[in-house]
Amino acid sequence: MSDISWGLWQLLLKGVWITVQLTVYSAALGAVTAFVIGLARTHRRWLVRFLSGAYFEIFRGTSALILMFWMFFVLPVGFGWQLAPMWAAVLTLGLTYGAYGSEVVRGAVAAVAPAQREAGIALGFSPAQQLWKIVLPQAWPEMVPPCTNLLIELLKGTALVSILGVGDIAFGASLVRNATTQSAPVYTVILVMYFVLAFVLTRGMRAVERQAKAGIGRPPAKRASLFRRAGGGRPATAVPGAGAGATGRGEPR
Amino acid sequence: MPADRTTPNDTTVPDAPDDTAATDPGGPAADGAELIRFDKVTKRFGAHTVLDALDMTVHSGKHVTLIGPSGSGKTTILRLMMTLLKPDEGTIMFNGDYLTHEEKGGRLVPAGERHSRAVRRNIGMVFQQFNLFPNMKVLRNITEAPVHVLGLAKDAAEERARELLDLVGLTDHLDKYPGQLSGGQQQRVAIARALAMRPKVLLLDEVTSALDPELVAGVLDVLRDIARSTDITLLCVTHEMNFARDISDCVMMFDAGRVIEFGPPEQIFTAPEHERTREFLSAVL
Repeated sequence: MSDISWGLWQLLLKGVWITVQLTVYSAALGAVTAFVIGLARTHRRWLVRFLSGAYFEIFRGTSALILMFWMFFVLPVGFGWQLAPMWAAVLTLGLTYGAYGSEVVRGAVAAVAPAQREAGIALGFSPAQQLWKIVLPQAWPEMVPPCTNLLIELLKGTALVSILGVGDIAFGASLVRNATTQSAPVYTVILVMYFVLAFVLTRGMRAVERQAKAGIGRPPAKRASLFRRAGGGRPATAVPGAGAGATGRGEPR
Repeated sequence: MPADRTTPNDTTVPDAPDDTAATDPGGPAADGAELIRFDKVTKRFGAHTVLDALDMTVHSGKHVTLIGPSGSGKTTILRLMMTLLKPDEGTIMFNGDYLTHEEKGGRLVPAGERHSRAVRRNIGMVFQQFNLFPNMKVLRNITEAPVHVLGLAKDAAEERARELLDLVGLTDHLDKYPGQLSGGQQQRVAIARALAMRPKVLLLDEVTSALDPELVAGVLDVLRDIARSTDITLLCVTHEMNFARDISDCVMMFDAGRVIEFGPPEQIFTAPEHERTREFLSAVL
């Protein structure tokens, strides 16, 4: 590793910053898309449901990589304007992961007991008030864990953009590798970099989840560990299903 | 509470001994006329007819209890009143307005969301499963609708909420989440929440059926208190026959989507005319 110069390492660090930016912008666009499309898919007018459902199917069913090429190479031909590689990437990732997220939003909204809306009707709330005051606050804590998964996938998905020449971590890595012909140290280092970024995201989202649960009067979920740390003289009792509010997090579906 | 005078020659619901004077300024029902009218209301679920051309009238200030075997359509009536269901045929009037329909260009059409919301503003409902909002503390459960639907100032709404919590005996719990309360306490909060909207009629849908037996009495006491001390109209579905006997001006016996018999509780519970009523009462009493 020692024969890779400081200048080349700097290239990688710059890449980290680009990756973080890509993730943040795409996540913001993705979150907006997820809420708009997800709520539209529960709308009472069939046309709204149909259009948003079509959006979901199309973006879920197309390859993000090809879509990115399409945004970058086909849009200029068809519409006469050229997106910067960075924004073609953000648009692609945001719209694609927004489509996945819409499924999370739709599912969480549908999981709120219909009786809650009925109580809202009985108290005279308008449909919009029922949504904002009753349904979404209850659906939100359910959305956070699956959204964490999506966010991690989005982070790792940003590596696609190196193909368009955006200088993210993966792009920096290929430059360094070309310059030094040393694959092993470079790729090991960037593996760790992605992991550290993902870990920071997970921790942040855990805090969001805790806050969301507290906001609806649920205790912050303690995760059941199979092996309690010994000490304190307490027997190692691992209660399966403790912290039930956190089930499903990170588990394959 | 808005009060309504009762007509002396009420054909549907017998008079209670001289009701309180009307204080409702100029509402359509201020003359003490009927508050609720079902006109040939039919409701089907698939091939099953739950309500069969039901005619029913309830006058202001009356306490009406609906009894009958499960599946006889009692709860459906309350859900129709709350516009949680739409009738397949017939009309429902409330407070002089169509609840299920609205007039557009001289024709009656099914009511839109906006119209229903305006008419049902005077209808409150307490559910079997309480349906408190778990994302709000007790106080906010009660103040949310008065503030955001009626446009009450927050202070005024909170004052009203505190009074109501006092009425249901839960002043100590206003800073808790519903999940921290027992079923009986949750149901009493739900009653306070419904009353905070000052409805003309309160629909009670088997409000003690989901409670542990030892918690039932507390909730029923609160309701007895409300029935005695206010002039709110009550429309009540219950299996608590003693409670029905205590609070009702009129008991309606339902079977197979029709009212087969109605009258003052003394009559229904001691000398029912209809064979089905006798069978039902001997099974539940």
